[in-house]
This record gives sequence, structure tokens and C-alpha cells, in this order.
Amino acid sequence: MSETTAADSIVAIKGLNKRYANGFVALKSIDLEIRRGEIFALLGPNGAGKTTLINIVCGIVNASAGSVTADGYDTVDQFRQARMRIGLVPQELNTDAFETVWATTRFSRGLFGKPANPAHIEKVLRSLSLWDKKDEKILTLSGGMKRRVLIAKALSHEPTILFLDEPTAGVDVELRHDMWEVVHGLREAGVTIILTTHYIEEAEKMADRVGVILNGEIILVEEKAALMRQLGKRQLALQLNEAMQQIPAELTDLPLELSNEGKTLVYTFNAQGESTGVAELLNRLATQRISFHDLKSSESSLEDIFVNIVRNQR
Amino acid sequence: MNWYGVKAIYQFEMARWLRTLGQSLAAPVLSTSLYFIVFGTAIGSRMGDVGGVSYGAFIIPGLMMLSILNESIGNASFGIYFPKWSGTVFEILSAPLSWRELLLGYVGAATTKSMLLGCLILATARLFVPYEIQHPLWMLCFLFLTAVSFSLFGFLIGLWAETWERLQTVPLLLITPLTFLGGAFYSIDMLPPLWQKLTLLNPVLYLISGFRWSFYGIADVHVGISVVMIFLFLLVCLLTARWMIVSGYRLKR
Repeated sequence: MSETTAADSIVAIKGLNKRYANGFVALKSIDLEIRRGEIFALLGPNGAGKTTLINIVCGIVNASAGSVTADGYDTVDQFRQARMRIGLVPQELNTDAFETVWATTRFSRGLFGKPANPAHIEKVLRSLSLWDKKDEKILTLSGGMKRRVLIAKALSHEPTILFLDEPTAGVDVELRHDMWEVVHGLREAGVTIILTTHYIEEAEKMADRVGVILNGEIILVEEKAALMRQLGKRQLALQLNEAMQQIPAELTDLPLELSNEGKTLVYTFNAQGESTGVAELLNRLATQRISFHDLKSSESSLEDIFVNIVRNQR
Repeated sequence: MNWYGVKAIYQFEMARWLRTLGQSLAAPVLSTSLYFIVFGTAIGSRMGDVGGVSYGAFIIPGLMMLSILNESIGNASFGIYFPKWSGTVFEILSAPLSWRELLLGYVGAATTKSMLLGCLILATARLFVPYEIQHPLWMLCFLFLTAVSFSLFGFLIGLWAETWERLQTVPLLLITPLTFLGGAFYSIDMLPPLWQKLTLLNPVLYLISGFRWSFYGIADVHVGISVVMIFLFLLVCLLTARWMIVSGYRLKR
């Protein structure tokens, strides 16, 4: 697990536990630090505790034990200072159906203790392509538009920490790409972003660091790039000119497999390694007079890595 | 204090009220007018004075109380129950608001609405029966205290209720009977001795009695007792609301 110093950490979670009234333990001694200015992706299967964790930080659920600070302020004892800095886009599309987009965004800003600032609200609505809809009642909007409204509300008070709980669930491709742009823009502006997502592709594209939560425990926190390097595998697939029954004895010391009825020879190597061994492989294939007409290299996605981690833990 | 937060909630609640102004104002004014027509004018003309006041005028304070109690409870309970039901309460809970600011916003708005409604009913009554107000300042004080304490009580019901049915149960099964039996339409002197004693257990009696005193200088119980009782009720509601919000009872999981 990578270390962060207190100076660059903006959210510090220590020994956080949550046991619900029905006895269900949602979080078990969570320790986690989020660095200032990063995009942190919290991954985990359904029911792993992602939303509970976010809801405790935001003040919607009471913790059973442990503490959370946001920008140095305790989220319980100094909840005013802590919460003013936090914006939350929840998973469910809960909005005030009868309010207009403008009114509801303005309301959120006031609720978080900021004086009215129409110019800022306008900027937020424009950045989310909501400006044309500003006078429409929320109940007339599509699901994707409602999601944008929730983001606008969360940004209305200029938070420095933004929680996005499944921001692109049920959202079409175009909107998803728009949101990625908005999130990157916010990061450029210095906002720290913590997101949970089911689309691992999203985490792969956006996150600086990745945390994996499983059964209420954080089992891994790592730089995305390092994680992909350490746990990712690369493969080289060679399309053979002549199918093989089995790997020749001279090559069995190499990590080779046959697939596609012996027509494809697959070489697996560590993405992290300095030397991939590809040159040696090609030399030895030539010596053995094994010829091929095509080759393709591929690397495992964050999704493959995630699935493996979760599988190994179970 | 997060005054911008208080203002946001207050304005939100007032805007909701204005959107449904017909239901918010016209309905209680209409029903109160019907009471005046039936009890004040039609039946009242055949009844003698009560404590030197015509029956039509006698029932004005009680009828105002009936409406104010129902509206205060209805408005404030809906105000907090609806976000709980729709899920938008997440935003309220995650905002930098303490129990004081939440109450000022929600209960403040409900109190304003009830006060406005009370004044409107008073003006409507003028169309049906002549009356005078002996202690107008006290009248406003009673109006205010009643509106605040029952808006607070309504807020508690909204926090407590987990279904729409429960939200309706308390006003229907508790407040309406207590108001009718609390002397809205009669002085407790008119009751048999046993019922007089039992009526003293009804908290609404103290509200109506004090309020009526501010109009006509006649009361079933001493006005000082009325004031103390209202303050006691207010205090109990305030402490309960504070506990519910701070602990997150029925608000946070």
C-alpha cells in the first residue's frame, strides 16, 4: 500500500467501522488517505461498502467507530468546516421533481452556506450543458439530464472535495464522455475527486490511484499505473502458418500455450519486467523453423486485474 | 450560524407553499367560512351569549386555533417527510447545518404560513360576525407561540413518520379531536363537572382559552397557566427535535 504524508492528504479515514442496526457489518476498520488534487477510484462489487463509506464521510450515515477528517477538519466535531468543502453526487437520482434546474442549483449553494452567485451557477450549468434547461422542471428531464443536475448541485458551492458515487450509471456514451471531461476540468482546477464505479474502464481512464474494497475491507490501494504494471500481464499471440499438436520439447521452458486448435501460439510475459523476452522467443522460433503470418500483442485491462483480485480474495 | 442555509430552506418551503396556494390558503379559509356560516350565523343566532359574547364571535378564536394547529402540523410534517420519502434528504444531511438551522428553516417557514393563514381567517371572520380584540398584542403572541410550537410538533411527526399513513394519523386521530374537545365551540363551564376536570388534561384547552382571553377577556383557565403550558409544550418539542436531529433518529442509518 502506498504511503501518503499528512501534508498532501485531504481526506483521512482512520479505523472506520459501520455496523447497521440489523447487525450487518458494512465496514471493518477502514484506513484510507486521499491525496490532495488526485482522482481516486474506489472499486468493489455490489454491497462491498463503497456507498456506506462515502455516506459516512458526507454525514449521511453515522459511523459506529473511527474518524474522518476532510481538509483537516473532523467530519463530526467540525462538521461545518468539513462539509462546506465536500460535494456529493449520489448514486440514486433523487431530485426535487417540481423545482426548476436553476432553483434547485441555487438552493444547494445556499444550503452549503454560500451567498448567491448567479455567475457561478451559470458557469456550472453551462459546463454541464444544462443552461438551455435551466427554467425547466426537473421532472421533465431525462435520467441523464437529472444526473447532470445532481452534479451541478454538488458543484454549486465550489467544493474542493467531490464524491461521485457511480456517476455514469445508466448514462449514455456521449454523456459519459462529457462527464469525464467535466471531471478532468475539475481536477485541473484543483478539486480532489473520489469516485466509485462499476465501469472499470472509467477508473482506468480517469483515476490516478485505485482502491479496492471487498466485504467492508480495503484490500488494496495503489497507483493505477503501478497496479497495471505489477498485476497486468501482456501477451503476444502468433498466428502460425502450420497448426501444432503440442509445444515442441525445446520450447517448454518458455511460458507458451496453444490455442485456437493449435493455430495460435500465446506467449505470456510480465508487463513489469525490464526484458520481455520477445526477442529471444522469436530467435528460438526461427531456430525451430516455426513460422507465423501475423502477431498481436495485448495487455490485461484494469478490469481483468480487478476480477483477479476479487476472485483471489474470495 | 449558516444563515444562507436557513434562508435556502425557508425560501424553498415558502416557494412550495406559493405553488399550491389554492390548497394552502383557500381550503382552510373555505372550511372556516363554512363553520362560521353554520355555527356562527345559522345556529349561533338561536343560541345565547357565552360569557357576554355572541356565540358567533365566541367561536372565532377556537376556529382559528383549529386551522392553525392543522396547518402548522401539516405543513411542517410534510416539509421534512417529503425529502425523506423522495430521497432528497441526503442533501440536507450532507449540508453544513446544525439542528438549530434546520429548525429555523423548516419550522420558521411553517410558522410564517400559519401566521398568515391565521390573519386571513381573522379577516374572513369579519365578513360573518362582528368582533373586537381586547389585547391585540397578546393575541399576536398567542398566535405566534401556537404556530411555532405546533409547527415544531409537526416537524417531529415528519421526522418520526415512516409512511404517509402515519404522517396523516396524528393530525386526524389526535389533533382534530383534541381541538373539538378543547373548547373550540363551547366554554367548559357548559360541561358536567367530571368532563370539566377531564378537559383540563387536554393541552389544546389552554391554547384556545388563552387565545380567547386575548380577544374577549374571558377564559376557562387563567391566562398565565395558558402561557406556561404553551412554553412547556414548546420546550418539550424543542428538546425532542434537537435529540432526533443530533442523533440522526429516523434520519440517518
